[in-house]
Amino acid sequence: MLSRVAERLYWTARYLERAENTARLVKVFSSLMLDLPNGVGINWRQLVDISGAPDLFDKNYRTCGERNVIKFMLFDPDNPGSLFSSLSSARENVRTSRDLVPSEGWEHVNELYLFAKKKVDRKTLIKDRYEFLSEIIMRCQQITGLLAGTMSNGDAYQFVRMGRNLERADMTTRQIDVGSAIIIAAGVEQERLENRLWTYVLKSLSAHQMYRQSVRRRVSPDHVLTFLLQDMNFPRTIAHTLGEVLSCFEKGLSHNDEPMRAVWRLQRLIADANVAQLHNEGLHEFIEQLQTELGSLHGLVASTWFTLERDKTA
Amino acid sequence: MEIDWKNYDPGEFYDEMISSPGNPRLASKSVAGYLQRLSAKQIGRRQNAADLSIAEMGVTFTVYSEGENIDRTWPFDIIPRIIPQKEWSHIEKGLTQRMTALNMFIHDLYNDQNIIKDGIVPRELIESSKSFLPQCIGVSPRYNVWAHICGSDLVRDGDGTVYVLEDNLRVPSGVSYMIENRTITKRVFPELFSKHRIQPVDDYPSHLFDMLASLSPRTIDHPEIVVMTPGIYNSAYFEHSYLAQQMGTELVEGGDLIVDDDDCVYMKTIDGLQRVDVIYRRVNDEFIDPEVFQEDSVLGVPGLMRAWRAGNVALANAPGAGVADDKVVYTYVPDIIKYYLDEDPIIPNVPSYRCEDKEHREYVLANLEKLVVKPANESGGYGMLVGPHSTAAERTKFAKLIKKSPRNYIAQPTLSLSTAPTICGQHVEPRHLDLRPFILQSDRTYVTAGGLTRVALRKGSLVVNSSQGGGSKDTWIVDMGEK
Repeated sequence: MLSRVAERLYWTARYLERAENTARLVKVFSSLMLDLPNGVGINWRQLVDISGAPDLFDKNYRTCGERNVIKFMLFDPDNPGSLFSSLSSARENVRTSRDLVPSEGWEHVNELYLFAKKKVDRKTLIKDRYEFLSEIIMRCQQITGLLAGTMSNGDAYQFVRMGRNLERADMTTRQIDVGSAIIIAAGVEQERLENRLWTYVLKSLSAHQMYRQSVRRRVSPDHVLTFLLQDMNFPRTIAHTLGEVLSCFEKGLSHNDEPMRAVWRLQRLIADANVAQLHNEGLHEFIEQLQTELGSLHGLVASTWFTLERDKTA
Repeated sequence: MEIDWKNYDPGEFYDEMISSPGNPRLASKSVAGYLQRLSAKQIGRRQNAADLSIAEMGVTFTVYSEGENIDRTWPFDIIPRIIPQKEWSHIEKGLTQRMTALNMFIHDLYNDQNIIKDGIVPRELIESSKSFLPQCIGVSPRYNVWAHICGSDLVRDGDGTVYVLEDNLRVPSGVSYMIENRTITKRVFPELFSKHRIQPVDDYPSHLFDMLASLSPRTIDHPEIVVMTPGIYNSAYFEHSYLAQQMGTELVEGGDLIVDDDDCVYMKTIDGLQRVDVIYRRVNDEFIDPEVFQEDSVLGVPGLMRAWRAGNVALANAPGAGVADDKVVYTYVPDIIKYYLDEDPIIPNVPSYRCEDKEHREYVLANLEKLVVKPANESGGYGMLVGPHSTAAERTKFAKLIKKSPRNYIAQPTLSLSTAPTICGQHVEPRHLDLRPFILQSDRTYVTAGGLTRVALRKGSLVVNSSQGGGSKDTWIVDMGEK
């Protein structure tokens, strides 16, 4: 299999997952803005920071109000991480690897892109935001399901799974970061908010119900963190996504030792985390550390299978 | 729209199906009769079915328009164009002859240059040709064949004579549409296929594969063959991926290949570097190797020419083969055939004027409104002047161009291209067409049964290129049981 083709499949999955999770992120943040009492320190700026591109935002926007932030997160073509940019990148990647993706896969991605393109207007930004985001999430899941149900589990599909799970891990860390940012800003008020806040975070990951079934206790920060970081069974937790990535590496891909070692490092980091301590302090730093490690795992995937830098050094 | 051939009048033109109102040609007789028996509704339904299949199969070509790329579906007319087997056998012989001579010619130019020394073709003509690549001098590709895949455009004049209008020896396209057209016709008119002995065309990819495999520098059971495309934005990308898929080979872009210190070509795969033996490249000469040609090309592979010259990889077509489809060189093809094969051309050239020649030039400049003027080095119907359809301003512009660089222009009388019945809205009307058969050559020669018939869909238009409003028809070579 050509490296370029593997890379395109990997990015297709990443961008689709990113679109879905950006929708989730904006959805939960919008609800929080409505529901949390005034003066607890939550503001739109936090969403920009969590998205990981505050500098780009500051370059292109003067004020940090709702409209600008939503536009930046959802439709700004100059923001490569915006929902619309993610969808058009996903589309471009499938378009150029159509021979390996089932034809319905291409059709659905194309339709989803056209749907989002049609919705770029003020009304969607403000009034129809909830419906729009829900539809995006549902359609992304449809495509994920379609690929899972119709692609042979050979090399090509392993790259799809790899991209999806790495992106998912990264986005789950960002959702946790939402919680951490608001808690820090809330200061003395935080105890009053905690329960509601972390329930939102769980819901935004569609994890609330599964959390209830698995943890069987009230929503408390340390339990939520333990669940989102260490639970092996829920598909969006860090531990689970890392397990998925590891199993992609093991499925017959050659030269997999370096990337596998990186996953093991991450798994140790998660397992050793002192969650009770983290929720009181250092959560944001811990999340940043996770994101950096995930970034270097991506770098290893790229140098091993996409750019073949491995061959030059060997 | 019911069809009544009595109301169909091709006028002064040679029509491929109907010789005069109400009288179909022999080979087309039963198809014409069948079409006439269909109701308006049935015909509409079949055309719709064809359009649907095309959309479903994703048969597209890409056009550049207002800075955006649009994948357009392929305009297709359901009425087939029919040629009797006997006539085709003659054309097939002519094409084989032509390709054989052209390949001998190219090989001679890059090696001994006997044809120049013997004064048949002027040295300045070759050395001033943009497509003559000094980097190819002294190379002997396997079987001494340079142009492995050729698409020659054939046209039929008013009196029924078939001419070669031009040879495409660089990266001719259209063969995938020829195959897809047949698939569609089989879906739309299945009943006609049981009644007629129609030569199949879908074996082309396997012939192409065998031809490419025969070029492999390594004698191994499974040489690595790849199709190299400039990428998704190329107008023929559909065809590149189609052929790769049909042959079961990888579709690569320049960035997927590297030339290592051993002067061999490798492709980057998830399992590491893998040696490549044969490249069917659909990238033009000037872009294939930034070390040698266009430095800023991102479509090519640095070192590719080095690897090819060392004999470590086969390129089809070989670099430099385009020298023989220069429009001025074209005017010498009858002499070239005579020189190498000592035969007369089986298919004639369209009579042509070389603007470089003073007498010819004066004639051309005095008769622009009657002639078609073509630049020596363009394809796709760009940069042409069709005299009878031109404005005075266009003619003045071309007169200037010709005087400025006479070497770069030839002129031909405007042919009255043959027509065939084509569904245009609610009517069947005559439309002009040409034919592009594809020829494969290595140690043996293969000619497609028929080829791609391109139709100028605009009334009266002579321009059949898909980029300029052309469509296509399925082409049938029908065995009438004659010898």
